[in-house]
Amino acid sequence: MVNETIHLKGLTLKNPVMTASGTFGYGEEYADFIDLSQIGGILVKGTTLNHREGNPYPRMAETPSGMLNAVGLQNKGIDYFIETIYPRIKDIDTNIIVNVSGSTIEDYCAVAEKVNALENIPAIELNVSCPNVKQGGMAFGVTTSGIEQVVSAVRKVYDKHLIVKLSPNVTSIADLALGAEASGADSVSLINTLLGMAVDAEKRRPKLSTITGGLSGACVKPIALRMVWQVAKAVKIPVIGLGGISSATDAIEFLLAGASAIEIGTANFIDPAITVKVAKGIVEYCERHGFKNVSDLIGAMEV
Amino acid sequence: MKKIADFRLIEKKEWDRSTFLLLQCDEPLEEIKAGQFVQVRVDDAQHTYLRRPISIHDVDYQNRTITLLVQRVGEGTNKISDTKIGDTLNIIYSLGNGFTLPEDKNKNVILVGGGIGIAPLYYLGKMLKEKGVTPHFLLGGRSKNDLIMLEEFKSVAEVFITTNDGSLGEEGFVTQHSIWKEKQFDMIYTCGPKPMMMAVTKIARENNIDCEVSLENLMACGLGACLCCVENTIEGNVCVCKEGPVMNINKLLW
Repeated sequence: MVNETIHLKGLTLKNPVMTASGTFGYGEEYADFIDLSQIGGILVKGTTLNHREGNPYPRMAETPSGMLNAVGLQNKGIDYFIETIYPRIKDIDTNIIVNVSGSTIEDYCAVAEKVNALENIPAIELNVSCPNVKQGGMAFGVTTSGIEQVVSAVRKVYDKHLIVKLSPNVTSIADLALGAEASGADSVSLINTLLGMAVDAEKRRPKLSTITGGLSGACVKPIALRMVWQVAKAVKIPVIGLGGISSATDAIEFLLAGASAIEIGTANFIDPAITVKVAKGIVEYCERHGFKNVSDLIGAMEV
Repeated sequence: MKKIADFRLIEKKEWDRSTFLLLQCDEPLEEIKAGQFVQVRVDDAQHTYLRRPISIHDVDYQNRTITLLVQRVGEGTNKISDTKIGDTLNIIYSLGNGFTLPEDKNKNVILVGGGIGIAPLYYLGKMLKEKGVTPHFLLGGRSKNDLIMLEEFKSVAEVFITTNDGSLGEEGFVTQHSIWKEKQFDMIYTCGPKPMMMAVTKIARENNIDCEVSLENLMACGLGACLCCVENTIEGNVCVCKEGPVMNINKLLW
């Protein structure tokens, strides 16, 4: 029997597989395909203080082995989440984690404070790295001082597990991770989407209404893996790896590179049952290689 | 309930730009409503990463089959169209809301389709007929080669046709067909290119006819999770994959 449990500073996952925010709705959208209690955690859609309509259509462009999105944090706001969605999902037997987004430090703190009061939400993921919102999170997420400001402010009002989601659109992601750690983050997750662009040559127009958007999918995996490795070497807090994970082997690569847990994003669109398959595949790998604990894989890459 | 299943191709017909695929599942089918769609996985394609949303053209619960009409528009739909008899396609079904069937079977309904948009109207016509409603099909294409499966449509209901070049039926667009002057309709269902659906919507509004359109915005997940395929409506941005693809024109901003 392989022990799948992962401990992330006060947050216990039944296995290392979680879902990336914005790709899994509120979990309910996938309930026909998988038993949601068989995954380590669900990171729900990015939630802001107030209702946001998001960006105009078109918001998506397919790219080789990936896609660009420019959704722009469409959501109905934290109060709607608390009143309408939370009662529906709070009893799912897994970690329901709210991805918190904002445009000002006050917004982040106000949302974090409200989520802090929700008994069945054991953690938040602070989105300081959304590339699709003007004066959005990314303004904080691209400088160490920006990260430190927002993380230390949220830390004062939020006392459960605080994950900080990092942007890859920076010079040194390890420096930002160190900033998050120094400001009280319990863990960091990376990478958010890479800023990209697609042009329709026939129409001579951009494919996205916002011109640029966030790249995700299998194509970003090597970059994500490299960044996870760099960050895991730099910080002492746990690292949650994501970016293009589409199979158990992909997930294992992230664990070996230093991630303590992983999130699956765009691959959910191609196979809505991928999360449970990955969790199962990690156990099979451990059996095959004689690991008693999935956690033994963390950082086990030999250089 | 939504499901992921492998469907085996058991019959195929091909035209210049479109393909008829009869696909059989090993397991009994879940309930499928007219106007719902499937997401087909595209394997071994260099530039196609996401599934392709395709309307359901017909359903046979007894034989556990669904039929798709696929138009070749790019690599993804080419790959799907090139599936060989005996090969399987991995399919998520059935997605979206589907058309609303009228309560009153005396309603005079017309199903207006253009190009490959005729696909979901066939199953809708069959469902309406089963309910005791007498549907009419009004189908449009650029030329007669675009109008496929006509015999099948005729076996369900009376079919009216327009082609842009006049090679079959009346010359012009569906909205110019004489049927609009000859008959009064209480309900319009339409699926096809957006300019056509906008013109049909205009007729519906001018004549105060209830009307549902089936949209085909660019889609990623098909499950209402990614919020990519939104249509801006009177209720704000809503997912075409979940709250559509069928929408009443009262909800639309066009």
